[in-house]
Amino acid sequence: MKKSRAIYDHVVLLFGVFVMMGPLAVAFMTSTFDYVTIHKEGMQFGFGGHFLETYSTVLNKQSGFTGEVTGWLMTKNSIVLGVGFALGKIVVSMLAAYAIVYFRFRAATFCFWIIFLTLLLPLEVRILPSYEVVQQMGLLNSYTGLILPLIASATGTFFFRQFFKSIPNELLEAARIDGAGPVRFFFDILIPLSKTMIAAIFIIMFVVGWNQYLWPTLMTTDESYFTLVRGIKQIMQNMIGADIPKYNEALAMAILAMVPPALVIIIFQRMFIKGLVEQEK
Amino acid sequence: MPYLLLAPQMVIIAIFFLWPAGEAIWSSFYLEDPFFGTATYVGMENYSDALTASDYRRTAIFTAIFVTLVSLLSLSIGLMLAVSADRVLRGKSTYKTLLMWVYAIAPPVAGLIGVMLFDQHIGPLVDFAAVFGWDMRIGVNYWDTGIAMIVVATWKQIPYNFIFFLSGLQSIPASVKEAAAIDCKSENRRFWTITFPLLAPVSFFLLILNITYAMFETFGLIDLIVKDQPGNSPVTLVYKVYRDGFRGNDLGGSSAQSVILMLLVLALTVVQFRLIEKRVHYN
Repeated sequence: MKKSRAIYDHVVLLFGVFVMMGPLAVAFMTSTFDYVTIHKEGMQFGFGGHFLETYSTVLNKQSGFTGEVTGWLMTKNSIVLGVGFALGKIVVSMLAAYAIVYFRFRAATFCFWIIFLTLLLPLEVRILPSYEVVQQMGLLNSYTGLILPLIASATGTFFFRQFFKSIPNELLEAARIDGAGPVRFFFDILIPLSKTMIAAIFIIMFVVGWNQYLWPTLMTTDESYFTLVRGIKQIMQNMIGADIPKYNEALAMAILAMVPPALVIIIFQRMFIKGLVEQEK
Repeated sequence: MPYLLLAPQMVIIAIFFLWPAGEAIWSSFYLEDPFFGTATYVGMENYSDALTASDYRRTAIFTAIFVTLVSLLSLSIGLMLAVSADRVLRGKSTYKTLLMWVYAIAPPVAGLIGVMLFDQHIGPLVDFAAVFGWDMRIGVNYWDTGIAMIVVATWKQIPYNFIFFLSGLQSIPASVKEAAAIDCKSENRRFWTITFPLLAPVSFFLLILNITYAMFETFGLIDLIVKDQPGNSPVTLVYKVYRDGFRGNDLGGSSAQSVILMLLVLALTVVQFRLIEKRVHYN
């Protein structure tokens, strides 16, 4: 009975791994062939000899109207967006959560509901007016315009709110008896306690920021602000017109856009999952 | 002090959330002329136009099917994998790592890989479907394209649910599991009477997140699968808002659709909270 169950579990998991990783493996393997072979024979299930060639083309080739956009530049922009978004979100939402959990003030409920509202209406729904607002502020094609509107959703605030609520009240009382003010309490007690949480959220938000698509697509018309994920659209548009689409370069680009965030969550896996578990309490 | 702490969040929300949302509501009552920048008040006309258009209804039906299937499929597959991953003794962390990987992939990247796999010319999945006599034509046949979207969107979302369910399962105290094992021999029954109810808060939370994902975050995936030119292809309501607004230059109509979507999501959340909060046990 026990044994058959273990076999069942392994079969389920192996099949799951096959379904989840299979497409990625095929995409990677295909990207190591040249595009004529792919065009003739379809996607590949082995390794071709064009790995270095394809990837160095994608990373170094200057493309676009200005001829200044390379894969490296897009990678840099992706990192700026990912890190900027994650840091901005953590700072803003920690402060807000601190106010909501530890202070009693009149507008608390009101503010809470406003913040809650942002969870319901993602950027995609109000994309057009958001674009207009950012345009009016002259923030198109800038990192600020890229990052700030994305911070407006309140997921981070909720993460921290949940976490702060799980911190025993005795700590606050003890701190108060010892004469610590709100600033002291925040820096000396709350931040050290939230370290894992901050790291976890940083990882999650970095991935979210890196993976942004619609907003960067709309608001970066200047190619020097393109991120890798934004570049995917460009590649798709180039493919439509071509006689033989450069499948290999498109797939290499997809792999490049995927590997950094994937490595981040794999390397910091324990922290990342722990953050999620903590949040449930 | 609390106001000062809340200030950054509230300012950002006001500028980048409330203002645009307000503008969407305002312009949904107006007919804007994209050339002269003038706006005429037309009352509810944008709404009635949007709701009566057959195109809109078709999109709404597809969105409903898409959201339901993607949420249910990815939730159940995620749960199934998590239950197995929680039980196995060997290779646990390897499985976990490999099953998590796709979480990090951006929807448009998933869309691009999907486009390739379902490509008429080079895609192995089309060949696979052909084995069963199914001639898949992505981008040409409405439902073939829709199915490809559902498959890719589900695939992308499985790791998310898997991670949450697995951490939910692991946070069930050993004492509870042991007590249950003593009281009830059947593992299946134990799962449905003990484990599943204990997972209820996670599931509730996940259900909302999955619906939000399927409605909004799949934008990039759909954009790639329809290759930026959705002639006859199915799209979701969110995609239509974007298309009508940016491509069609129909500001009022697009805004009206935004507002309808906002109301829909609001209603959905209220209903969910009401319905499920009664049954969910929060610890």
